[in-house]
Amino acid sequence: MKSPVAPSKLTLRDLASEALAGVLQRPGRAALTALGTVVGVATFVIVLGLTATVGGQISSRFTVLGATEVQVEDTSADPGLDGPAFPEDAAGRVRAIHGVVQAGVYWSAGERTVNSRPLADTAGTDAYPVVAASPGAVTAMHPAVATGRLFDDFHNRSAEPVALLGEAMAKRLGITRLDSHPAVFVAGVPLTVIGILGDAQRHGDLLLSVVVPERTVERLWGPPAQGEPSKMIVETQIGAAQVVASQVAVALRPDAPDRLKVTAPPDPRSLRDSVATDLNSLFLALALTCLGVGMVGIANTTFVAVLERTGEIGLRRSFGARGSHIAAQFLLESAILGTMGGLIGTCVGTLSVVAIAATRHWTAVVEPWTVLPAPLLGTVTGILAGLYPAMRAARIQPVQALQR
Amino acid sequence: MTAVIELDAVSRVYPGPPPVAALHPADLTVEPGQYVAVVGPSGSGKSTFLNLIGLLDVPSTGHYRLDGIDVGDLTENHRAALRGRRIGFVFQAFHLLPHRTALENVMLGMLYQGVPRPERQQRALNALTEVRLDHRLQALPSQMSGGERQRVAIARALVNEPSLLLCDEPTGNLDTATAETVLELFHGLHARGMTLLMVTHNDDVAGRADRVVTIRDGLLEEQR
Repeated sequence: MKSPVAPSKLTLRDLASEALAGVLQRPGRAALTALGTVVGVATFVIVLGLTATVGGQISSRFTVLGATEVQVEDTSADPGLDGPAFPEDAAGRVRAIHGVVQAGVYWSAGERTVNSRPLADTAGTDAYPVVAASPGAVTAMHPAVATGRLFDDFHNRSAEPVALLGEAMAKRLGITRLDSHPAVFVAGVPLTVIGILGDAQRHGDLLLSVVVPERTVERLWGPPAQGEPSKMIVETQIGAAQVVASQVAVALRPDAPDRLKVTAPPDPRSLRDSVATDLNSLFLALALTCLGVGMVGIANTTFVAVLERTGEIGLRRSFGARGSHIAAQFLLESAILGTMGGLIGTCVGTLSVVAIAATRHWTAVVEPWTVLPAPLLGTVTGILAGLYPAMRAARIQPVQALQR
Repeated sequence: MTAVIELDAVSRVYPGPPPVAALHPADLTVEPGQYVAVVGPSGSGKSTFLNLIGLLDVPSTGHYRLDGIDVGDLTENHRAALRGRRIGFVFQAFHLLPHRTALENVMLGMLYQGVPRPERQQRALNALTEVRLDHRLQALPSQMSGGERQRVAIARALVNEPSLLLCDEPTGNLDTATAETVLELFHGLHARGMTLLMVTHNDDVAGRADRVVTIRDGLLEEQR
C-alpha cells in the first residue's frame, strides 16, 4: 500500500554542504582528529619514498661500474685445434651492437721475466704476468694514465714493441719518466714503455702486469696457449648490459655461438628490487600501523562527537531527517577529515623525502603509485573509522536525543 | 474539517523492568486553529504526551491520527517525513546550532524537505522578518539574547508552514518581559489560524489558551 507521506529528501549537495560545515565549524577539533591520518599517511609516503630513493641510490652505484661490463670467454678445450675464438674484426662486430661503448680482446700471455736492463743472465730476475690486449680492451678496462699514453690501433696493427706498466711495477723497475723512451726487457725482448697506469677501475690486476698489444704478443710468443683462453671485455651503456649480453655471442660467432661463454652482471634492477622488497615489507607494516593508530584516533574522536552532538541529531530528526541521513552526514564528515589528513600527510611525506634526499645528496625518488593513492588511503581510513560512530548516530532515537 | 490531532485510547507504557504506564489510554481531538495548553506537575507524563503528539515516540496502544493520517500505519522513515512537514517544534532550550547564524539555523528546518537552497534562504528570511529578527540574520546564537534565540527557534518551527506548532515550555528559560514578547508572538500566530499545543508549568501562560488539558499521574483530563 502506498504511504500517504512522501519520504524526506536530502540532496547530495546539501549532504556535502552539511558535512563540510560540520568539519569546518570546529577547526581545532578537525585538525586534531585529522592529525592521526596525517601522521599515518605521511609515514606511508616517507617510508615508500625513502625505500625507492635508497633503492635508486643502490642501483646507481652498481650501475656505474659493474652493471656496464660484459665478459666473453672462449670455452674451447683446445684453441689451437679449433682455431681462434674471436674473429679478426671481433671488436667491430661487437661495437655494432646497440648499447656497446667499447670492446676488445685480451688474454694472459703467462708470466715472463721483466727487467729494465738487457741482462744476458735472467737468473734471480722477477717474473711478472704479461697481458695481451687490444686497444679496445685496454680502454674498456678504464685505466687512468699516470704518465704517457695508451697504445692504439696503429701500435696493434703494426705489432709495435710497446708496453704499458702499472705505476708500482714501473717504480720497482726504476722507471719514473717516459721522456727518454725507456724500455723493459720481457723474456729478453725489448719493449718501449709508452704509458704508466695509475689506476685500473675494472681490472686492478693490470697494475701488476705488463700490458702489450695483442698482435705484438702473437708475433713474439704466438696465440693464446692452452689453458689461457682469450677473452673479450665489452663496456655497455647504462642499462644495456643484459641486452648486449644476449646478442654478443651470435654477433661474434654466428657459426658457433655456444663456444663463447657470456657473463652479464646481475641485473641492477633485480638487485634493487630485492633490497626494496625487503625494506618495503618491513616499513609498509610500520606505515600501516601508523595508519591504524590514525584510524583509531578518528574513530574515537568521531564517536565522542556523536555523543556530544546528540542534541543536534535529535533536532535534525525532529526536522524529518532519517537515520540514514544522520549516518551519511557523520560518515562523510569522517571521510572529509580522512581525505584532508591524507592530502596533508601526502604533502608532508613527499616534502620530507625530498628534504632527506637533498641533505644526503641523493636523487629523491617518489613513485606515483605511492603518492597518487595516498590521499585516497586517508579517505578510506576516515570512512572505516567513521562507520561505527555513524551507525551509532543513526540509531539514536529523537526522543532520547532531545531529552539531553 | 479534518482534526489536526485525533487521539483514540492512546497510551504509552515503558517496558522497564518494571513496566511504567507513563500515559493511560487517552482521547483528545484538537481542531485546526485551536490553542491548547497542557499542564501538570513534573513527572506527570507531559513529556511522554508531547513526544507522542510530536511523533518522536510511538504509542503502546490506541490510534493517533495527525491531519487524518493514522501514524500507526507509518514506517519510521515516513513518520520522520510527516514530523518534518506537519509539526513545528519549539523547545525550552531553543536547540539552535551554535556555529550557525540565525538565518542558517532557520534554513536548517527545511533541509530534509527537498526545498531548493535559494527558496530555503528566502523563506527563512521571511520567517525571521515575521518574528522581527530581520536585522539579526547573521548573528550567532552566542551573540543573541534568550528572547532572540527563542524567536529564531519559532521562526525555524514556522518555516515549513506546519499544521501544528508544538511548544515545550517555550518561556521556561526567559525573563518575564521577554516571555511576554514571545507569548504575544504565539498569540499573533493563533490569531492567524495556527494550531498550537503548548506544554507549560505556568498558569498564566496556560490561561491564554482556548483549552487547557491536565495530565496527572498519566491521566489526561480536559479542564476547560
